[in-house]
Amino acid sequence: MRALLLALLLLGLTGAAALAVEPGERLADPALEARARALSSGFRCLVCQNQSIDDSNADLAHDLRVLIRQRIAAGDSDEQVRQFLVSRYGDFILLEPPVKPATYVLWAAPFAVLLLGAGAATIYFRRRRGALPEQAAPLSPDEQRRLKQLLAEGGEG
Amino acid sequence: MRRLLYLLPVLAFTGLIAYFLLALQRDPSVLPSAMIDKPAPEFSLAGLGGAPGLARADAAGQVVLVNFFASWCVPCRVEHPLLMRLSHDLKVPLYGIDYKDKPEDAKRFLDELGDPYKRIGADSDGRVGIDFGVYGVPETYVIDKAGQIRLRHVGPLTPEAIRDELIPLLRTLQTS
Amino acid sequence: MIAELGHFALALALMLALVQASVPLYGASRGNPVLMALGGSTAIAQFALVALAFAVLVHAYVTSDFSLATVAENSHSTKPLLYKITGVWGNHEGSMVLWVLILTLFGAAVAWFGGGLPADLRARVLAVQGMIGAGFLAFILFTSNPFIRLVPAPIEGQGMNPILQDPGLAIHPPFLYLGYVGFSVAFSFAVAALIEGRVDAAWARWVRPWTLAAWCALTVGIALGSWWAYYTLGWGGWWYWDPVENASFMPWLVGTALLHSAIVVEKRDALKSWTILLAILTFALSLIGTFLVRSGVLTSVHAFAVDPRRGAFILLLLAVAIGGPLALYATRAPNLAGGGLFAPISREGALVLNNLLLTTGCATVFIGTLYPLFLDAIGGDKLSVGFPFFNRTFVPLMVPLLLAIPIGPLLGWKRGDLRAALQRLMAAAGAALLIAIVVFAVVRPAEALASLGLGLAAWIGVGVLVEWSERMRLFRGSLAESWARARNLPRAAHGMTLAHLGVAVTVAGIAASAWAAERIEVMHPGDTLAIAGYDVRLDKVDPVVGPNYTADRATFTASRNGTAVATLQPERRFFTVQRMPTTFSSIHTNLLADLYVVLGDPDGKGGWTVRIYQKPLVPWIWLGCAVMALGGLTSLSDRRWRVGAAVRRSRAAAGAAVGD
Repeated sequence: MRALLLALLLLGLTGAAALAVEPGERLADPALEARARALSSGFRCLVCQNQSIDDSNADLAHDLRVLIRQRIAAGDSDEQVRQFLVSRYGDFILLEPPVKPATYVLWAAPFAVLLLGAGAATIYFRRRRGALPEQAAPLSPDEQRRLKQLLAEGGEG
Repeated sequence: MRRLLYLLPVLAFTGLIAYFLLALQRDPSVLPSAMIDKPAPEFSLAGLGGAPGLARADAAGQVVLVNFFASWCVPCRVEHPLLMRLSHDLKVPLYGIDYKDKPEDAKRFLDELGDPYKRIGADSDGRVGIDFGVYGVPETYVIDKAGQIRLRHVGPLTPEAIRDELIPLLRTLQTS
Repeated sequence: MIAELGHFALALALMLALVQASVPLYGASRGNPVLMALGGSTAIAQFALVALAFAVLVHAYVTSDFSLATVAENSHSTKPLLYKITGVWGNHEGSMVLWVLILTLFGAAVAWFGGGLPADLRARVLAVQGMIGAGFLAFILFTSNPFIRLVPAPIEGQGMNPILQDPGLAIHPPFLYLGYVGFSVAFSFAVAALIEGRVDAAWARWVRPWTLAAWCALTVGIALGSWWAYYTLGWGGWWYWDPVENASFMPWLVGTALLHSAIVVEKRDALKSWTILLAILTFALSLIGTFLVRSGVLTSVHAFAVDPRRGAFILLLLAVAIGGPLALYATRAPNLAGGGLFAPISREGALVLNNLLLTTGCATVFIGTLYPLFLDAIGGDKLSVGFPFFNRTFVPLMVPLLLAIPIGPLLGWKRGDLRAALQRLMAAAGAALLIAIVVFAVVRPAEALASLGLGLAAWIGVGVLVEWSERMRLFRGSLAESWARARNLPRAAHGMTLAHLGVAVTVAGIAASAWAAERIEVMHPGDTLAIAGYDVRLDKVDPVVGPNYTADRATFTASRNGTAVATLQPERRFFTVQRMPTTFSSIHTNLLADLYVVLGDPDGKGGWTVRIYQKPLVPWIWLGCAVMALGGLTSLSDRRWRVGAAVRRSRAAAGAAVGD
């Protein structure tokens, strides 16, 4: 088991060992190659720690890069290539979690937290607004300007 | 009501601790197969240096074990004695797929450690591995009579895995 | 023999920590000055003992004492001296000792410099520090002991991962720990305040310097880690939203929020219970980060070797250290009376917005990092949450925050005039629009997001400078008058301006990363590649020998318009112990852009795969962080934070509080 861990670790750490996309892998057509690069950067390298197959030099990453290019050259759309890999490796190979029932909570969370926080802040302000005293007497525009300047200068970071 | 609000952090935190406790029991590096209960991929591979190869058709109608291995794979050496015993004891055929390897090296590996496989296919470019969803070696698959993948074991087989997962599953599949 | 001394020192330190955790606390509740003062002496003694243990460990590494198990596993006699020393914290056991060293350092600093604090507050703060110290010392002694001997001792060690033998990476952990362990002081102050049942302006002033110091260190630590990843990993990325990067980023986000909300507590006596909660959460996130990295729950390049016992122990520590204070919070916080009232549009309101966005950002990173684990634990799918998720959710959250930076300081306390503030920022808005348009149209067409990002950076930068110059009446009075005003402004004002400027610089650097140019080709000696106005020629590739490696070193000459501008020498090293090839890139920077060359595999026919990047403005990412930290340090040097001033003011505040 330790040996396997070590093997996996070595595979992962050789991320710094060489380069990722190699000149020999590239497609001749720049538009197709650009698609291949964009697609590859969306797939996780399964034997590395947190790299895309575009960035990794692991053997499996290389094999998958070549595979992707073959399928693009054969006319598959981006979605078809994605399906091809997901059906074999599961959603885990996608770096961006797909939006499906299992991930609704994930994708909704940032917005939900923001709403919650904004709501809490609003309640906080509302509860105290009643207590905020009215201005004693209206100030002339000159006095208002001076007051603002003084207030702004008086506070700092 | 306001007081209840102040309870939220400690309650949320307790939930977090419970979740971490659960998480400690899992192994994050093991990826469950996306191919479970799906048909095994079609493939047809040549054998090692002239020997008969391996194709999906060879597994038709019976329960089989497919083990991905390679001569350069250190954990494969660790699991090899278990495979030798397994091929001896089990009535289920054990097929091997030599993953991203040179046939001479694989031959040498098997000469040195013994050959537990009924048939071997040489997957030198790893394409069949990708079709199975292999991401490292060794990996062992159980394919049922209908040709569906029912189990994947990642990493070297252990006596516990054989006893607790493999054998019971094989028994169920054989009798169905 | 010496190692046993270190071991014994740690055990003694644990005893002292237990004393420190209990006696001063009891003394504070009884008002007993002698017992309270004990906190100070135990804190200093504890630091001395842990420092001794640390020194012993360093000594063991330097002398390559392989009878110690950790030294044998992580060191090698041929390692250069610098890396023998820094290797002390390149592994789990040693890094934990460093962690505790910094914890006790902060405790001793509070004891030493905290003379102006009321005796009971000081005693309680030190007691909480003692509790944390006791927990972690126990963790070290029972599960991660660096002084365990190997019998018989091996002749040679197993060496250290070559990637870790690098100056940038070597100092990244100490800064990181100064940061997140430093937040323990704010945490201890918060818990002490809860125990005491009182939070006031004086408390906020006492907490501030410690929080600032920790924040500066964490900013530098994260920046160093990012910069290291950039020049080491070979493809020019600098942030991966890796779980361990996130583990250090989350305390930074909440720590920044804490810095800002503490201002409101200090100036307006409001947001008290929220600030206390933030102080607890910041340290909680540090501890959660420690748990995530060392328990094996998440895999990452950083993850240390995994032992389930360690994970369980840290979880226990986490549960007690944070669960306790949060329970205390639930009971005591409602009694912390709120103070100053303010309208939503005001300086306080802007700071509330700051806190809202920063904590939401932190929650986003938290959920994204832990979601795969959560799903896996409840038996769902295995999926991965990578950088696309974070880029899509975190970045939009930060935009309103960045927009607000120049506006906030221009709003008055209690009730601010937004229109007036915006009018004063017209120049900044103009500059932002101008830059965005120019960049979009002229410099790099069709990179819409990048030009918006640069426009945003200009908005912040110019806006912050407008506010600063207004305060000094620059361009309005004489230069001498402005200079006098500048000198009389509290340092914290300058610190704020600098720190916010740093943010602008970093935002610019990040925005420009969309323009990186890349060439990947096979080159033979004599070949030239053109990239972004440079011509890069491969001159030769030589074999070289280093202290613990052999390498291929390529020499490149980069020219612009025919004149040679730089020589770059990337290497591909093969370390004798690890037997792994590792690339060392070569970077030429003029601080406005980087030219980045990496040497890859040979093709066996005299050619080499070469990857060349030109990355405009990328150094600004880390320069901006340095400016931010400088701003923090400037604020830290403000005379008002010196304890003497705090004492005088606390007496005045006490007098005022009585009079209210």
